[in-house]
Amino acid sequence: MEGRRGIVDPSSVPTETIQLLKPDGTLVPDTGYEADLKKDDLLEIYRYMALARRADLEGTNLQRQGELGVYTPLIGQEAAQVGTGYALDEGDWIFPSYREMALAMMRKIDPVDILHLFRGTWHGGMWDPKEHRFAMYSVPIATQALHAAGFAIAAKLDGAKTVALGCFGDGATSEGDFHEAMNFAGVWQAPVVFLCQNNQYAISLPLSKQTAAPTIAVKAIGYGFPGVRVDGNDVLACYVVAQEAVRRAREGNGPTLIEAVTFRIGPHSTADDPTRYRTQDEMDHWGALDPISRFSKYLELEGIITDEFKQKVDDEAKELATHIRAEIVGAGPRPAHELFEFVYSEPSDILRREEWLLYEELAGRDEEGD
Amino acid sequence: MPQVTMAAALNEALRYSMRNDPHVIILGEDVGKLGGVFRITDKLQEEFGEERVLDTPLAESGIVGSAIGMAMYGLRPVCEMQFDGFTYPAFEQIVSHLAKYGFRSRGRMRLPIVVRIPYGGGIGAVEHHSESLEAYFTHTAGLKVVTPSTPSDAFSLLVRSIEDPDPVIFLEPKRRYWIREDVDLKPNGLPIGKAAIRNEGTDVTLITYGPSVRTCQEAVEEAAADGVSIELIDLRTLVPLDLDTIMASVRKTGRAVVVHEAQVTGGFGGEIAARIMEDDFLSLQAPVIRVGGFDIPYPPAKLEDVHLPDLDRVLDAVDKVLNY
Repeated sequence: MEGRRGIVDPSSVPTETIQLLKPDGTLVPDTGYEADLKKDDLLEIYRYMALARRADLEGTNLQRQGELGVYTPLIGQEAAQVGTGYALDEGDWIFPSYREMALAMMRKIDPVDILHLFRGTWHGGMWDPKEHRFAMYSVPIATQALHAAGFAIAAKLDGAKTVALGCFGDGATSEGDFHEAMNFAGVWQAPVVFLCQNNQYAISLPLSKQTAAPTIAVKAIGYGFPGVRVDGNDVLACYVVAQEAVRRAREGNGPTLIEAVTFRIGPHSTADDPTRYRTQDEMDHWGALDPISRFSKYLELEGIITDEFKQKVDDEAKELATHIRAEIVGAGPRPAHELFEFVYSEPSDILRREEWLLYEELAGRDEEGD
Repeated sequence: MPQVTMAAALNEALRYSMRNDPHVIILGEDVGKLGGVFRITDKLQEEFGEERVLDTPLAESGIVGSAIGMAMYGLRPVCEMQFDGFTYPAFEQIVSHLAKYGFRSRGRMRLPIVVRIPYGGGIGAVEHHSESLEAYFTHTAGLKVVTPSTPSDAFSLLVRSIEDPDPVIFLEPKRRYWIREDVDLKPNGLPIGKAAIRNEGTDVTLITYGPSVRTCQEAVEEAAADGVSIELIDLRTLVPLDLDTIMASVRKTGRAVVVHEAQVTGGFGGEIAARIMEDDFLSLQAPVIRVGGFDIPYPPAKLEDVHLPDLDRVLDAVDKVLNY
């Protein structure tokens, strides 16, 4: 605050983090926020978080057993995703990165259709983006933030009340497309909510090596719209913050950048070894802040959840895992001709020739096989 | 019939498409009041408003990336890249998303986007304003690549490209923006992917596109004066390629020369030459020769005339295949 006049001093930028639930599951007093959630909503939120964690665990297990080529776990980030996702309307669109299993499940996407991507069955995933209003997983970093911005601009031009949610991680904020997406959204005051799940590491690189900014949320100031920093392991805080951002967008008041401060308990992907770049202290610290057990404690303290309900969710999670396993293990490739079918709306002559060549090669293989 | 420049034809194609389909929108740098640096979007914002002719911030990745989101919403965006050399920041969005979304989504999410790029040299521009970047896009599966050489083709092919369900890279040869043609601009049913035979001939097939068509037409006239009959093919579309027209001609003449401005190594001419040899090697009486720019970064304006394939370089190649 001591800087000379006319100089914006980063230390003067607010960096508080919004929290509603303490790690012990009790409410933080006088936050000025109140979640308008009924008992059924709270239980549904718990259910989504628990199911997402189970599906995610299954993804990691299946990779370890050689059934998937790779997997990108979300464990630890359930609150950030479910809290935010719960604030959206069904007609709103989600533009995910490659770690949005919980959000996908909230959009009724079968986790199997996501895991097929990691199995190498089909790029992008097997779901229909239009049916679920959930774009394809995006592997190039930050690129989908622009899709969200563009979608929101189009919705605004159309006079629709649709909101776009653009999801990315902390590493994405170093990319040019992050900047261009924020800037486009700001210029058009587009109805888009940017959700940065700051899980502290971009593969092995900590946030301090990603940016010199005091927080990611403060970056929004440079684009002319609000940024908000929320405890990403507190599902209630994530919900109220997202709800406000979605309302602002829907009412024509432009974008919001949400920084959900969380932690990726697992590796970036099953291909890396977090013990090379993270300390045990760090793991212990964040382990104690687990979003599901915190919310569960809250629900218990408030007398909202019963053992019976927990058991029911647990059973459903087990069923889900069985379903995933049954569908993925041993799942073969798609018919090879599909490689040519989807490149263009109509295959070109050259593609048809290549398809024929492959057909002959495969027929030859079959004969040799006989 | 009125005399029309290619620039005016492109402008009219955009106007026609926007009147025809309310989902068509234009976005790019300076496309509004200014009408684009080449005036291709002249007066369109006046007619269609700021909500359909969007002046964007100066950010090419932003233009293509946000167009992708707009197309997902249901619009048909036409993006303008101000100059060829400024397309590179948008490359990731073009290659990783625009080209692949249809494939990745198993055909459920087509992106009907046109990216218009003024390209090529010969206008005395400063660096980064004369790039021949077609090979980057022809090498990217999922894109269609169109490059007209006449005002009427420019009109029809742009209208078609905007109607197309797939993404189209629409390469506009800058040095042909101001050529004129007597033509009534109306859709003539010309599909993407159909080459034109600009001159029928029997001795050599000369294959070219976009900016080099005019040079090759001069070569046709010059050679005719020497009694050499050249069949001139203007590809108009590089992807999908009209191989039938090329092969029918090569089978007739037995000789082929491919001409483009881009450097020869890794250029689209190599693709044509290889396709001809693979398809019907025995119809050839001489190797296919490629004529292009040198393997150098595009030279300064005062030296571009020594770089660009000119009449002599084309005629030398024709002589070479004739005297093989």
